[in-house]
Amino acid sequence: MTFTPSPAALERIEKTIALYPEKLAAILPVLHIIQESSGYIPRDAEAWVAVKLAVEPVRVREILSFYTMFRRVPGGKHTLRVCRNLSCSLAGAEDILDFIKDKLGIGPGETTPDGVIALVAVECLGNCDHAPCLQVNGVDRGPVTRETVAAIIEELKAHG
Amino acid sequence: MVENEVRLLPDDDGSWRLEAYLRQGGYQAARKALTAMAPEAVVAEVCGAVIRGRGGAGFPAGRKWGFIPKDATRPKYLCVNADEGEPGTFKDRLILLRSPHALLEGMLIAAFGVGIRTAFIYLRGEYAGLAARLEEAIAEARAAGYLGPRVLGTEFGLDVVVHPGAGAYICGEETALLESVEGRRGQPRVKPPFPATVGLFRSPTVINNVETLAAVPGIIAHGASWFLGRGLPTDGGTRLFGVSGAVRRPGVYELAVGTPLRTIIEVHAGGPPGGRSIKAVVPGGLSAPILLPEELDVAMDVDSLAKAGSMLGSAGIVVIPDGTPMLDVLQVTARFYAHESCGKCTPCRIGTSWIFKTVDRIRSAGGGPEDLDLILRLADGIRGRTLCPFGEGAALPIRALVTKFRDELEQAVAR
Repeated sequence: MTFTPSPAALERIEKTIALYPEKLAAILPVLHIIQESSGYIPRDAEAWVAVKLAVEPVRVREILSFYTMFRRVPGGKHTLRVCRNLSCSLAGAEDILDFIKDKLGIGPGETTPDGVIALVAVECLGNCDHAPCLQVNGVDRGPVTRETVAAIIEELKAHG
Repeated sequence: MVENEVRLLPDDDGSWRLEAYLRQGGYQAARKALTAMAPEAVVAEVCGAVIRGRGGAGFPAGRKWGFIPKDATRPKYLCVNADEGEPGTFKDRLILLRSPHALLEGMLIAAFGVGIRTAFIYLRGEYAGLAARLEEAIAEARAAGYLGPRVLGTEFGLDVVVHPGAGAYICGEETALLESVEGRRGQPRVKPPFPATVGLFRSPTVINNVETLAAVPGIIAHGASWFLGRGLPTDGGTRLFGVSGAVRRPGVYELAVGTPLRTIIEVHAGGPPGGRSIKAVVPGGLSAPILLPEELDVAMDVDSLAKAGSMLGSAGIVVIPDGTPMLDVLQVTARFYAHESCGKCTPCRIGTSWIFKTVDRIRSAGGGPEDLDLILRLADGIRGRTLCPFGEGAALPIRALVTKFRDELEQAVAR
């Protein structure tokens, strides 16, 4: 099966490539566009991107295995990124992370069996004056407590 | 203290629109530069302001611009470092949120001074939520003739592209950033050649931090001596000090360069809450070696912090309260560097990972003084043996933690 981006994604990809003097330079934004529309970077998409940018497939793979925000397997419908660096850990980030692990029954890097929520433990999110902080589908939240986190999880589950 | 003066950071969140920026005199400095100044005069003014890089290295921005060869035949590029990843740092986020046009105007002035027509803003992947506003600010500026082919009706033009990162702390290092924009793994390059001669797409390139560029319009509007007068003769202007951790009012404070660290923590951020006391302070992002309570009278400028054995870095201040187990702080620090080492230089790749494994082991299974010595030896094995400053940035804070809190750590890991 070969990868075909949606017409909307393809249009964004073409526009993005045109912004750079060299095609390969567009690889990060192009992969972001694919992940946004497909939820992850399917194996076939790697080959498609390589052809599109006129590079060897290994150029795509080495990007995916270096930058932590790209996923090569499907993640959850929603993503929780929990910061655990210094400012957040001083404000109880480990307790928040333990609470979420307990509540979801999964560890960092895992997705709930129903595929709804993916949990990621991350380093500094640059939101230290709102520690402990996290991101819900890329949206910053903080300072969070066990109660606000419980409410966030309930809301995400309700959305399904 | 700077109050009721020109501020880098407006207080209200609605101030980011072009209309609001223009009401405060926005783009007047760019107009002055483009229509009434020679490019060399623009660079000279910024040189005279002694604005030292706000990203962490503290190199004077004007001098950096001056390194770009005048006779370059290839196109030149400007890269904005918006890869704010240094733990404890959140100032560039606020500029991007509240004052994106100050950044764009600073970019315009820098590009005019150096003769650049294309700029990239490298926005860290975790800040993707800020991209929409930044793109909208760029669109506003373009529609109003402040960006695009003929800025303010002159022959000068500038195009701006927002380039998203994807989760790699190392891309804040300038040559790793260039690799990342070019579409490769963010692994630092061997220097020389420096980016000023061989940078992005093998062309002369200026790389500046967001806050550095956002401060440039003020320098052009009010003059180098005005800017210098707001800070120190060796380190001009005001800076955005981010304060987090155990303080009553965490946040970003715009204060004169050289303001004492203790004043920032106690007066501006309100000191530790409810009867707590300070155990230690990270003065400039996680890579800045930790300071003890008796070391907090240091002036917050690049040279003073270096003399104090630490680093002003990104000026992200983290206040650690009494009662905090320093073994936990060491673990968080060691984990961060082990996770973020890019893997290119063996001493850093292996060293940071061994340090983390050692810390993890003694934290869970106990250990002795020899384990702390091992950590120090590993840290020393990294120093001076890496291509980029990440190695020092990992080794020095770990060394400071182990040295300054040796007794506590020995007791904590004693079996």
